[in-house]
Amino acid sequence: MDTAIHTEKETWGTYQKHVADDNYYYARSCIRQNFFPASEYMFLHILRKVLGKHVYDDPNHTTCTGIGYHSDIVPFETIQTVVARHFALMTEAGLENIAISCVTSFGIYTEILETWQHFPEQLEKTREFLYKATKREFNLPKNIAHTSDIIYKFRHEIAEKAVYKLVHAQTGEPLNVVEHIGCHYAKMFPTKGIGGAEFPQVLSGMITAWGGKVIDYPERRHCCGFGFRNYLVQANRGYSVSNTYKKLESMQPYNPDFILTNCPGCAMFIDKWQYTIAEMEQKTFDSQGKGIPVLTYEELAALVLGIQPWDVGLQIHQIQSESLLDALGIPYDTALKYVDKQGNQLPLPNKPNNLLQ
Amino acid sequence: MIDVLIIGGGIAGIETACSLQELGLETLVLEKEKQIGGHLNNWDTLFPTKRSASEILEYYAEQIRKKSITIYLNTTVTSIRKQDDGSFEVHTSREVSFKSKTVVMAHGFSLFNAQRKEEYGYKIYENVITSADLEQTFKQNNDVFVNPMGKIPERVAFIHCVGSRDEKSGNHYCSKVCCITAVKQAIKVKQLSPQTQVFCFYMDLRLYGRGFEEMYREAQEKWGVQFIRGRLSEVAENIDGSLQLKAEDTLAARPFKMSVDMLVLMVGFEANKSTALFHNSCGVACSESRFIQPRHHHLSANATNIDGLFTAGTSIAPLSVFDTLNHAKAAAFAIHSYITK
Repeated sequence: MDTAIHTEKETWGTYQKHVADDNYYYARSCIRQNFFPASEYMFLHILRKVLGKHVYDDPNHTTCTGIGYHSDIVPFETIQTVVARHFALMTEAGLENIAISCVTSFGIYTEILETWQHFPEQLEKTREFLYKATKREFNLPKNIAHTSDIIYKFRHEIAEKAVYKLVHAQTGEPLNVVEHIGCHYAKMFPTKGIGGAEFPQVLSGMITAWGGKVIDYPERRHCCGFGFRNYLVQANRGYSVSNTYKKLESMQPYNPDFILTNCPGCAMFIDKWQYTIAEMEQKTFDSQGKGIPVLTYEELAALVLGIQPWDVGLQIHQIQSESLLDALGIPYDTALKYVDKQGNQLPLPNKPNNLLQ
Repeated sequence: MIDVLIIGGGIAGIETACSLQELGLETLVLEKEKQIGGHLNNWDTLFPTKRSASEILEYYAEQIRKKSITIYLNTTVTSIRKQDDGSFEVHTSREVSFKSKTVVMAHGFSLFNAQRKEEYGYKIYENVITSADLEQTFKQNNDVFVNPMGKIPERVAFIHCVGSRDEKSGNHYCSKVCCITAVKQAIKVKQLSPQTQVFCFYMDLRLYGRGFEEMYREAQEKWGVQFIRGRLSEVAENIDGSLQLKAEDTLAARPFKMSVDMLVLMVGFEANKSTALFHNSCGVACSESRFIQPRHHHLSANATNIDGLFTAGTSIAPLSVFDTLNHAKAAAFAIHSYITK
């Protein structure tokens, strides 16, 4: 097995990419602030306060329109111009490194930059469109990274400052962690992702650096179930649920402690479809009937760094994380779970019928 | 000055040397390894006769002794230079150079590195091996056939065209011998382990040679090997170390999943790395497939674009042992004709 592991690392070694050290222009996601409200805040907090980096969070930045593009609603010329505007904002901010929060957006930016490289006339046309519409001009970014690339880059620095390791507090055994990478991270352009498309290292590298054990299960590379049309067209949603079901069923024998994702859609669907499947079939994929917690990499980094779970926003998830917090030995106060920053009690969510909490 | 310098002591090089010796020409063979025989040293049996590869090697070892053919082992050719007088200067890793009237490039091929098809999991999952690895297993002559994890496999799958006819690998050509090798190896697995189910996933079956089609029928009718026209998309490991295959049955037009205990990747041929070296040092023409380009496909299959520079065997394309030896014999006649004209 040692040989196998060694050669797997060699394969990964061919897909390493340069990630800028500092000075990032932050491109936010449309949906992450709704479903995982503290993730992007935690990214900024960790980069600025823990690692001492400069990140510009621009209020003028907008959606990339990627969901509209993948639904054939937004034409390619339009999305190129929207992305060009983002590059113009980055240029105006005096920055050259773009840090993209969303995997769909990361795929869009990468696809557009590749298009401009191979079809320079498209770039010139886009410059013209943007100038006519906004009088803005732009430089291309020198470095393009998904924000999981950046956390991966600084995973060892985070490990040095870690308060908790990804081990069972009582036994000292490493936690079993399933990672799921968004399809648009590297499946379209394998050289643009850390570890390529087949064995991406971006999340597994964080898990091992922080003490956990990565599970390789048969449907590891399968789609989370979002797949745009699978979900956006209501009649297709059965495909979406069945994709997620296939993944969860495949990982179940390994008894994962939690699932780590780097894509907004993946985190959302793997989390929320567990509730749907429990309601539809009275089935959960963990031994306790509570579901398998799904975390974003920023939430995980924040937990490892000792930030309080309710400040990380874990209570907003569909699958609740108390079993994971207990395993990690992270203390929490249940009374404060649904209390806002001013100490006001928030409305309590309804409890699901078939998912224990 | 030597009449003929032969690069490569595989079967092509040795057969060329033997034939030339019979035609009265002086030869010198340079072999980079510590023994002659090339890839055949790693092979158990040959199709379609199932004859032991070692018998062929023993035959040529005897011929070398009988004909007193000179061979330098552990000698890698680093460049070939054409001289103004039409002769060649051949430089080697031993810091010795040779002058010869003609040169034969019989340096063979390289096996496709299956790690480049990451989705097939070679060197990542323990039970994924190549056709070359399986020949090594057969050579050990064990009584019981087991997978790399030591289990008698219930199911074995062979994947044809790994690194051949594959745009992603940059190899558009067919490697010619993989189909029949899979048939031969599938039969051998059934002989060693009759209870094992064997599946071959193919794109097209190219059973062009004498006795190949008969062997394919034998595999199906006598041994129950199942042939599925289908492409493997990816391999993953189950919790017990078995392998989950995701494939498409292209006849039924249906995707399907299957678990097997062992996966054999039929690795194809690629041009030997030395070919590019020779191209750079003497300007020998190569085809799009990166193998050496014969001067004329039908009429001068051993000659190259450079007078006096010849080829023998798989330096020009994937060839079976049968075709390699015939190409090598033809090389000897072409060289004899060139020198004596």
